[in-house]
Amino acid sequence: MPSQIVSLVVNGERREFIAAPGVTLLASLRESLGLTAAKRGCAQGACGTCTVLVDGRPEVACLVAVETVAGRSVRTLEGVAAGGELDEVQNAFVDCFATQCGFCTAGMIMVAEALLDRDPDPSEADVVEAISGNVCRCTGYRPIVIAILEAARRRRGAVSR
Amino acid sequence: MTYRLAPIDTSTFAAERAAAAAGRGVDGGDFTVIGSVVQRSDARGHVTGRTEFFEDVLPPRLAHLKMHRSARHHARILDVDLTEALAVPGVLRILTHADIPNNLYTPLKLIGVGPDDEPILAVDKVRYLGEPICAVVAETEAAALEGAARIRVAYEDLPPVFDVEEALKEGAPLVNEYHGQNHFIYEGHHCRRIRFGDVAEAFARADHVFEWRYQSAPIEQAPAETTGCVVVPQADGRLRIHSDTQACFFTLDNTALILNTPFNKLRIVGGTVGGGFGGKVDVVVEPVACVAAMAADRPVRFVYDRAEEMQVSSPRAAERIYIKDAVMDDGRIIGRKATLYVDAGAYARHSPYGTTKAAAHLPGPYAIPNVWADCHCVFTNRTPSSAMRGFGVTIADFALESQMDRIARALDLDPLRLRLLNAYRDGDLKAHRKVAEGTALVEVIQKAAELAGHELPEAYRRMSSTTREGL
Amino acid sequence: MAKLRGRGYASVNYPTGMNLGGDPSQALIHATTTGTFVISLSSVDLGQGIKTIAAQCAAETLGLPIENVLVDTADTDTGPHCMGTFASRGTHRVGNAVIMAAAEARGVMLEVAAEELEVDAADLETDGTGFIRLKGAQEKAIHITDLALAAHFKHGRTISGRGIYLKEPSAPVPETGEMDPDSCQAHACTAAVVEVDDETGVVEVLELYNAYEIGRALNPAMATQQVEGGAWMGVSHALFETTEPYYPSRDHGPHDFAGYLMPGPADIPVQHSLFLERPAGNGPYGAKGIGEMTANAPIPAIANAIFDACGVRLESMPFTPERVLRGLDALRDT
Ligand code: FES
Ligand code: FES
Repeated sequence: MPSQIVSLVVNGERREFIAAPGVTLLASLRESLGLTAAKRGCAQGACGTCTVLVDGRPEVACLVAVETVAGRSVRTLEGVAAGGELDEVQNAFVDCFATQCGFCTAGMIMVAEALLDRDPDPSEADVVEAISGNVCRCTGYRPIVIAILEAARRRRGAVSR
Repeated sequence: MTYRLAPIDTSTFAAERAAAAAGRGVDGGDFTVIGSVVQRSDARGHVTGRTEFFEDVLPPRLAHLKMHRSARHHARILDVDLTEALAVPGVLRILTHADIPNNLYTPLKLIGVGPDDEPILAVDKVRYLGEPICAVVAETEAAALEGAARIRVAYEDLPPVFDVEEALKEGAPLVNEYHGQNHFIYEGHHCRRIRFGDVAEAFARADHVFEWRYQSAPIEQAPAETTGCVVVPQADGRLRIHSDTQACFFTLDNTALILNTPFNKLRIVGGTVGGGFGGKVDVVVEPVACVAAMAADRPVRFVYDRAEEMQVSSPRAAERIYIKDAVMDDGRIIGRKATLYVDAGAYARHSPYGTTKAAAHLPGPYAIPNVWADCHCVFTNRTPSSAMRGFGVTIADFALESQMDRIARALDLDPLRLRLLNAYRDGDLKAHRKVAEGTALVEVIQKAAELAGHELPEAYRRMSSTTREGL
Repeated sequence: MAKLRGRGYASVNYPTGMNLGGDPSQALIHATTTGTFVISLSSVDLGQGIKTIAAQCAAETLGLPIENVLVDTADTDTGPHCMGTFASRGTHRVGNAVIMAAAEARGVMLEVAAEELEVDAADLETDGTGFIRLKGAQEKAIHITDLALAAHFKHGRTISGRGIYLKEPSAPVPETGEMDPDSCQAHACTAAVVEVDDETGVVEVLELYNAYEIGRALNPAMATQQVEGGAWMGVSHALFETTEPYYPSRDHGPHDFAGYLMPGPADIPVQHSLFLERPAGNGPYGAKGIGEMTANAPIPAIANAIFDACGVRLESMPFTPERVLRGLDALRDT
């Protein structure tokens, strides 16, 4: 099977590139488009460091063959800070000391974005469930849960203001 | 406050805290930055995805390296057939041991530990499942994997040994010929020893003798980012190595020795690593990636996949520990004998060091006047073990502190009072004959008891690391 | 069929620095003409935060705001030697080297300021906001930005410094094990509360009470990150982790995070942590190494709590449901 031209809407922009058959969304983002925020922690679908949003839903990009999402809309961490301004989730991760090595951070934030888009007022259990597919080896998770709840609070505040 | 912040107990050691701060801050005043919550300088990069990890370096014409690994625990290599692998489209080169200038190494040779005992790529024998045999360099990761899968190796199986005590028995299969026996030799001794006081006399005099056995299994560091590097040949003929090593110069020096190249031909760029926990102290990807980059004259990436990280990268060693204690009716431990076996796997890596560190840690944070320890660094046919968070200490603490609990229960004593009674204090001579200073075991026990609501009698609450009160 | 609660304790110490010493680290520092100080290192940040801690140590020593400090690491062409990030040595070794380098740079900074202000260097102080000023005379002051410019273009001086920390190597006596292994010792005590399900053998850690003596919390929020993340790893080691579940058998080794188990966000205990500070004479502002110690006490504390809960003494790690159930079976048989 020959390589083909794949087109995606990435962070709001249409991007086209040549993809070999079976190439993953993760490899396409990182190596064809130079968007390296999503990380390859396992390439087995079991760590969540590669999580991006496809049409708003979190997907482990390492398991998605890119041709199967051709034409769809993909959001990565690079697309979160609008005009260089950190959003509520990013700011909360900074303020709550929710990063150590930072390797899990991109995946955690994308999962949080999807959660808060869906439910602006998640319970702690909702947050825990949302990130339960994401491995963090450094933090013990607690600061990440706190950060996502804090982000939700801030985002609701911003809406009501 | 939105972040986790453990409070600081300022009442304990108040005078020492003040004395150490006096004159240390700005012009003798209080600290301005030290002791303050300063935001992490790397946090913004992490939350925006701009932090650059080694694998985010994507030079043009990047080639990929994948390893063909041993399918046997212990075997002679009869034949390696590369024919099919070389025919895979996109395969550029296949490296064997003959391509590595100094194929035999041991990482601690930099601090004078020998002998060299490990091949970069296997020569005539494999000593553990997953040992690297050939490195396939290809245009794409997929082609490298395909090439590695198509290498055919003919083996003649040898009997393996997996248990540390079995390995030390007469007639056990020899794991590593470079050592000549299945254990590391410490300056003529078969193990790292501690000899302090007279344990035999203590056991004879003790009201109680307790002996138990403890065992752990290998543990993977499992950093979120796997071990790897990207090697980029430079215009001036040097190699720039983007690596997630925990120790840049240690990796550089070892790599230069293996490449038989001047040290200044190499440059390591790193320092931003997705977790290490000891797993990125070994020098396992850079040397062969450098050889590949020179052979292909292109940038080369060699990064472990998660399965390699789990089963091939060096874990925390399994340990077996026997502890025998001489204890008086009142709970005082007057003698401790420990026999510790570190399962180094097939090669030494950092285990001789970790075993000495374990010996230095014995008998734990207690003032025990008679201590005897034999700490063995043993070779078996498994993945070499190496450094991990708490190297030499973590598993010993599991054994030592389980032992303390069992003694307390056997004598029907409060487990914290037993510890306070035996805790080391300033001025105590440790088993390795260094005088203890700056001790604080008594105080952390008292504070943990307070936190957890565990009542201690007044006499125990008044104990201190700086006095003998209550002893 | 019950959930049995128990409580267990453990207390530990942990050495700072490469065992037996002989593990130097260097730091170089220089001021740019804008008054920003660049610390050059080859030290590695694994997430523990050495980049931030190095900047804090330099800012404190220089008497300048932390915004005036940049850390450049790790490039072996530009950064001086560092032995590496392991053995709870980074903060201690690198912190000390940075303090030494910054102290030398501060000395030059004050000398040049003395020339500029035409006063005696010994009468100068830094105010922590960027000014070097005459003690007792607020108006006689110069900002580091102006000073750094003057040092270069007017006085021909580099405001720079060199630092190194080396604990001299110790060789153990082979017969007795006499040695000087460490620079100092940090301490920790854990009380763990667990619940054991006697039907499934599953152990849940409900609470961890941890007291840590760490010399000095250079950055209390980051110290909290280290100890709480480390205690999580201790729980993980205790209950789940191994690459060889039936050691010494080599079979059934996991190859992925689906098989290599760790506590997820739903499985974590409540952590109550407290710091004590007994400053180490040889530590940077008294700090000891704490990165490794924090995983250690929870493991035996959990083992001891399991015994307290159900009478099963687990001598092998990890404390899997299978091992707990086999222990319970053995108790019933006797
Ligand atoms: S890299 Fe995709 S889930 Fe781990
Ligand atoms: S911060 Fe390191 S893996 Fe989460």
